[in-house]
Amino acid sequence: MSDNDLSILTTTVEKVVQWARRSSVWPVTFGLACCAIEMMAMSAGRYDIARFGAEVFRGSPRQSDLMIVAGRLSRKMAPVLRRIYDQMPEPKYVISMGACASVGGVFDNYAIVQGVDQVVPVDVFVPGCPPRPEALIYGIVQLQRKIDKQRSFV
Amino acid sequence: MQSSAIIEILTQRLGGEPSPFEAVDARDGMPTIYVPIDRLPEVGVVLRDDPALRFVFLADIVAVDYYPREPRFELIYILSCPGVSGYGDTPKRLRLKVRVPEAAIVPTLSSVWASANWAEREVYDLYGIGFDAHPDPRRILMPEDWEGFPMRKDYPVQIRQAVKTYEPLQVSEEEFVANVEAARQTPHRGKGPAR
Repeated sequence: MSDNDLSILTTTVEKVVQWARRSSVWPVTFGLACCAIEMMAMSAGRYDIARFGAEVFRGSPRQSDLMIVAGRLSRKMAPVLRRIYDQMPEPKYVISMGACASVGGVFDNYAIVQGVDQVVPVDVFVPGCPPRPEALIYGIVQLQRKIDKQRSFV
Repeated sequence: MQSSAIIEILTQRLGGEPSPFEAVDARDGMPTIYVPIDRLPEVGVVLRDDPALRFVFLADIVAVDYYPREPRFELIYILSCPGVSGYGDTPKRLRLKVRVPEAAIVPTLSSVWASANWAEREVYDLYGIGFDAHPDPRRILMPEDWEGFPMRKDYPVQIRQAVKTYEPLQVSEEEFVANVEAARQTPHRGKGPAR
């Protein structure tokens, strides 16, 4: 039997799980403000996050792994954001996109939540106003690196 | 149509000597008149229905906080006459102003123009100006349990509060039972055995 006939790979369950999770990060369709336009540009043909396995924006949070908080979050919207996050199945990740979602941005006032980490746990912060699609892709790649180092079976 | 001509019609229809209406020389040339707060509903009806006026469309209500001046607030009603068949001869606009002291209750205009309903809710929501006999006096933009009126001059804009992230579903025992009963009595549709 030659080497070419071997159809076996040796690996660990952990590695396979990490690979599977990082290669199909599906974001939930959830845009709050102008950052959502850049988010759409990122998913469309010109920038194309399908190259990184994150192409399918799901219409339901129950089918999603990632929530990209794209834009300013008002206090009235905060319970809604939290509810959508709660509906997502584990494991789930959050990217805070842009200055407004991360720290409130220029909206230093009563109506806007000064950072979505007060509402949901954030994995990656992407700076910018708004971030370019490349920046958001970089954020998703950073998230994939993080998922790659996550240990599910200790 | 100049504001003096509009005031003439209003005084003719509603009386009052001397005329309680006051013309303003607006810098943009738009006819502008001040109206006493208690005459608002009748003035609205005349402005809407008089064949020479026919301001059938209330575009917006704007509030201004002149704190600490007295009277504190001013309401500005932007009226428009489309000037199409059945709705006046020529297109025209009117700016109606009302001085509102802080404790005053303004009579609602939602029975004259339906669009006043939401506009007055917005004014109440952001300035805390109450409207008498409003059909739906709730907040419209801010969360319903919000404290204070954010567009007032003395409101702390950069306020820091804990974020409310969860609102429990409020269903009383009776509502729950009533819902279950209603579902039972609805004729069953679709496949499967009837309940």
